[in-house]
Amino acid sequence: MALIAVVVLPLLAAFLCWIPVLRRAAWIISVVCLCSDFVLALFVSRQVVRNLIFVGVRGWLEADGLSALMLLLVSFVCALAVFFAGDYMRHNGNHSHRLWWFYCNYNLLAFALIIVPALADPNLVWVGVELVTLFAILLVAFEGTASALEAAWKYSVLTIMGAPISLLGFLVLFWSYHSGGGTGPETWSSLTLAAHSMPPSLLRLAFLLVFVGFGTKVGLAPMHTWLPDAHSQAPSPVCAVLSGVKTSIPLYAILRLLSIVLLSPEARMGRWMIVIGLLSVAIAAFLLLQVREYKRMFAYSTVEHMGIILTAAGLATQASDFGAVSQMLNHSITKSLCFYVAGTVLVTMETREIKSIRGLLRVSPFMGATLLLCALAIAGAPPFPIFLSEYSILSAGIRGGHNLAVAILACLIVLAFIGIMLQVNRMVFGRPELTHEEAPVPLTCRIAVIVAVLPVIALGVYIPSPLHSLLQLAARQLGGR
Amino acid sequence: MSAQMSVPEALNTLSAGLVLISAFAMVATRQVQGVVRFFIIQSLLLAASCFLLGYSQNSFHLYALGAITIVAKVIAIPWVLKRTLARELYERREIDQAFNIPASLLLALFLAIVSVLLVSPIMSITPDPVIRINLPIGLAGVLIGAFSLMARREAVPQLIGILAMENGAFFAGIAIAAELPLIAELTVAFNVILITVIIGLLARNIKETIGTTEAGALTELKEEPVSWR
Repeated sequence: MALIAVVVLPLLAAFLCWIPVLRRAAWIISVVCLCSDFVLALFVSRQVVRNLIFVGVRGWLEADGLSALMLLLVSFVCALAVFFAGDYMRHNGNHSHRLWWFYCNYNLLAFALIIVPALADPNLVWVGVELVTLFAILLVAFEGTASALEAAWKYSVLTIMGAPISLLGFLVLFWSYHSGGGTGPETWSSLTLAAHSMPPSLLRLAFLLVFVGFGTKVGLAPMHTWLPDAHSQAPSPVCAVLSGVKTSIPLYAILRLLSIVLLSPEARMGRWMIVIGLLSVAIAAFLLLQVREYKRMFAYSTVEHMGIILTAAGLATQASDFGAVSQMLNHSITKSLCFYVAGTVLVTMETREIKSIRGLLRVSPFMGATLLLCALAIAGAPPFPIFLSEYSILSAGIRGGHNLAVAILACLIVLAFIGIMLQVNRMVFGRPELTHEEAPVPLTCRIAVIVAVLPVIALGVYIPSPLHSLLQLAARQLGGR
Repeated sequence: MSAQMSVPEALNTLSAGLVLISAFAMVATRQVQGVVRFFIIQSLLLAASCFLLGYSQNSFHLYALGAITIVAKVIAIPWVLKRTLARELYERREIDQAFNIPASLLLALFLAIVSVLLVSPIMSITPDPVIRINLPIGLAGVLIGAFSLMARREAVPQLIGILAMENGAFFAGIAIAAELPLIAELTVAFNVILITVIIGLLARNIKETIGTTEAGALTELKEEPVSWR
């Protein structure tokens, strides 16, 4: 029941926001629904830690360790981002007459994001990922400016182009499941059981097609070009969802499929994942040195982190899988914090450019301090959680004998660190060029930033034991040896 | 090979050839309306193949898929396009292309050959003549659609390129995954209509705000080196 409720609640919220009488209360409805969704997701993951699997509808809605982790992340980021949106959307531009439309769309996006990890049938996962893309297009274009529309167009053409390619991949997967003697409905778990008997060449073709198709949606190089546009032009709470969890959702599907492909001994895919992951990290790291807008900077850092997660999954040992899922968790909570801070800066300073902001610490100590903190956290400085997961990935790589890959990855992470810190340094320190009268930070933005900072600091020093066992369960799903 | 084929399967082979030709025709057509028309023809051919294979394999799924294809791609999508972009669709006669037509056709031919080569290692697994026809042609449809998406500079033909890719994927799908659960097929069809609606609305907004739907004119967002001080 709980799993059905988790999936249905955002849909209900979207419907309520659409009813004309309730349109004025759209924000409250969304906050209440998505927060209770998070509580329900907590309950589901608690059950998963105890019983290994949580069945909503057998064969359709099921949650294992990896799904529960994704459910938790998605519902957490969606709930906090919608709370942040309250004052942000009121202060940013004049959209008050169609705010209900924003919240309606936002809840639909949350619904699509939440249903993907809960679905057991891979073909329906494809549909879910496509729905995520489509609802995200409307939100990217929401502000209606020329640049927002341009970003939405580039985003839609590139990512929807991936859809038929991955569809063909899932059809080939279905074929290989049945020609491998699979009986009964096709689910992730039955695929795992049948992996040994599926023809390796078919499985490899299916994985390649899905990887290319979904890779465009994850923002893996060289199909990453839409990502900084979309993630910088969308309203900031949407950016937090897009960068924090939306990119991880297709990656989740890729990793699921990768775990099945890795079971089949002849289909050697791990090495290719490392190469493509490193390429993404490299491109993002070099572009980070020359960005002009701070929201684009955080968007490129998303490309970097997706590359790191893919590399870790490609290393395919138990330790690196644990690193990959913790990196997923840490990236989601840290990157959403980054966009809350960036959104707060945007709404008070009214500029997107890095070079027009100087001495933020003097203009507003709150914004300056949180910007410095989130930049350090996302760049991977100790004692923040991203440092821990990156360190565990690197050490797992050395133990697995991938010295060259680890060396390259370490250099690129340092390069990205330098890029981010150089840019943020120029924004935070120094003397303000213009004497800004201190604009007050909107209330819900301030609260959302403070709430988002807490796990970023806490998880760096202490991981609660239920969360640790959830991460271990999720890592086991990735099937490293 | 043709000796093993039943009549519906042989007709499916004919339909496969026509699907490939309609993919080439979409690349070669300069008028927006013509592209839409060839897309409708291609969708009709896809539905015909569904019915033919459904008859020969006695499969309810394929009949249903054929019906879904006709409702979604022959009726709903052209209607949605007409509603959201009526004048846009009929005003534009000439489409800018990155390559001229002979070069485009040559590249499309190249892609068709590539897709045959790509699936050739798999062909040893299956003796099924339908798969041997539909899989390479479906993959060619996907690749040619992707190519026309990149070569076209106009919103509507780009959208049709995406939908043609979807047709290609399904053309392979009816041979390799005929027993796909009906719910998956229905949601996929719904998804395709949703794509059309959303892209159509977006194109209309772009037309109203920026004044053109030439994707080549959208160049404001890009990365330039920052000047270090």
